[in-house]
Amino acid sequence: MYNLIESMRSALQAIRANILRSFLTTLGIIIGVMAVIAVVSLIQGFSRSITKTFMTIGSNGLTIYSYETNEDYFYGKVVKVTPDDLLAIQHQVIGISNITPVLPLANNGSSSIQYRNQTTYTSVYGTTSAYAKNSDNYPSTGRFIVPSDDLAHRRVAVIGQTVITNLDMPENPIGQYIEISNEWFKVVGVLKKLGTILGQDQDDQIYIPYGTAHSLLGASIVPDIQINLDVDNIKDLGSVQGRITQILRRNHHLKPGQDNDFKVQSSSQFADSINQILNSITVVLAGVVGISLLVGGIGIMNIMLVSVTERTREIGICKSLGARRSDILLQFLIEAVTLSLIGGIIGLLLGYGIGILVAHLVPQFLGAHVPWWAIVLSFGFSAGVGIIFGIAPAAKAASLNPIDALRYE
Amino acid sequence: MSRETLLGLHHVCKQYVMGEATLDALKDVNLSIYRNEYVAFIGPSGSGKTTLMNIVGCLDKPSSGDYILNDTPVADLDDNALARIRNREIGFIFQNFNLLGRADALHNVMQPLIYRGIPLNERKRMATESLQSVGLGDRLHHLPNQLSGGQRQRVAIARALVGKPSILLADEPTGNLDSSTGRDVMAMFDNLHKNGHTIIVVTHDQNIANHCRRVVRLMDGQVLSDTDKAIKGDNQEAMRRV
Repeated sequence: MYNLIESMRSALQAIRANILRSFLTTLGIIIGVMAVIAVVSLIQGFSRSITKTFMTIGSNGLTIYSYETNEDYFYGKVVKVTPDDLLAIQHQVIGISNITPVLPLANNGSSSIQYRNQTTYTSVYGTTSAYAKNSDNYPSTGRFIVPSDDLAHRRVAVIGQTVITNLDMPENPIGQYIEISNEWFKVVGVLKKLGTILGQDQDDQIYIPYGTAHSLLGASIVPDIQINLDVDNIKDLGSVQGRITQILRRNHHLKPGQDNDFKVQSSSQFADSINQILNSITVVLAGVVGISLLVGGIGIMNIMLVSVTERTREIGICKSLGARRSDILLQFLIEAVTLSLIGGIIGLLLGYGIGILVAHLVPQFLGAHVPWWAIVLSFGFSAGVGIIFGIAPAAKAASLNPIDALRYE
Repeated sequence: MSRETLLGLHHVCKQYVMGEATLDALKDVNLSIYRNEYVAFIGPSGSGKTTLMNIVGCLDKPSSGDYILNDTPVADLDDNALARIRNREIGFIFQNFNLLGRADALHNVMQPLIYRGIPLNERKRMATESLQSVGLGDRLHHLPNQLSGGQRQRVAIARALVGKPSILLADEPTGNLDSSTGRDVMAMFDNLHKNGHTIIVVTHDQNIANHCRRVVRLMDGQVLSDTDKAIKGDNQEAMRRV
């Protein structure tokens, strides 16, 4: 213990005596740890914002959509969730509310929208009044789709804020007419601003009545719809999911052992799968920047080796004064570890700073979040780098013959 | 007056292998040094005097022969035990001072005490005392490059003395000093000897050797002569009888 304190003192003295060289040595570690922490904190913060966003959407929501398995694809089977499925769920499942179909107007996702001489492309969905409650997405001005719109196949549209900007519409566009896929629609509502999720603008959307959308597509065609619904009691989420699966399998004539040709997903599951992707991105990116930590470690080893050569006489003097091999070893080792730990701390602070800075520049972002494992990892890594790359030079220094070390010029 | 043997060299040889050539630095040296002696190893360069001092100081090991220090055969000792001897028994004073450049006078003198496990405060006190004893009480916090050659050598002497070693080993202690500073340093050695220290001075300078009581003259790795000024005529006879 006494040795450790004394070696620490000598190590700190040596670091102070060569402040510039010490700084340059740690630079590699600083940059490495900084990069790791910045990347991890941003992605983790991002992941948390996504989770939070999905939590506001409502964790009791279920989304049902068609899902083509490989087998279906192989046999050329077209899989659909149909209005019949919607009716079946509506009538046979209890404990659900706000059930609504969502029908994309265009297969590829976006339709052309015109207002005066401006044209834009955006997603248009046919849906019902329940959608507003279901997605907690109410208009800030005007109204949402009402049941009579649906029944009468009225040509009305509720638009997102981005659409207004893209079409150069007046600030209050209620009552204006826009052309969606060459059909005229009256704007009756503007949705409140939602921001972006995963780089997708949630305000670049238009909703029209489901009936209208269906008739535009052609009433004879059976559409592939998405069904959104709320489960009244969150505890029943699993059983409702099971019941719906059962009904759809029967409706779709699936034999036992055949895979579902649809998915019944809760919003938390959706958030989970996105977070899973983000986590793997975190690991990959952290691994890539981890390589820079390794480079930093080699930098430390390099400097320590040079330092041993440069301080050979000093080592000789200490040995002539009675320093043991372990005294010298410990001093050089502590020097390397201290340098890398200082680098680790500076890197941690800088990386977190960058994370916070970026978080402030990106709207809708909850803020950078540094998980404890990232701190442990980068600290462990920098200490490890210090120990591993410090041992070789330290061993070299310690094993010098005192008389050779003293004679070294 | 009985003489207590401090160290003994018996048939000590040292060879250096340089490529294919073997250099005999010491050939069969037999020598005993007693407590409170003031000895000069004198000889031209290449005579083996520094090699001899390195062996005496446990910085180097003989190729063959025995070196016995304080009744302990040094050949049997491991690295740590040798470090302990260098730390406790021997005080080195070098021609080029060999001070730690980045440490001030006080820390230089404190350095050997670190390896002895003495706490910081005690270390400071001992080092300060030692520096005061060589007249550098007002230069504690000067770095070596802020001190003159004579002052540096006095720091080195303070460092050698601070651990109260059995022997002081000085390798050309005045070699890098001007003659008057050199005389001061030698006067300091004379004083230390009077106070009971055992001192070995390695030199090629007869004037320096004249300070010493006993002069061991080396040539080509062998002891040429070994004369003790204190034991002359009858005294020498008397000594032989003891």
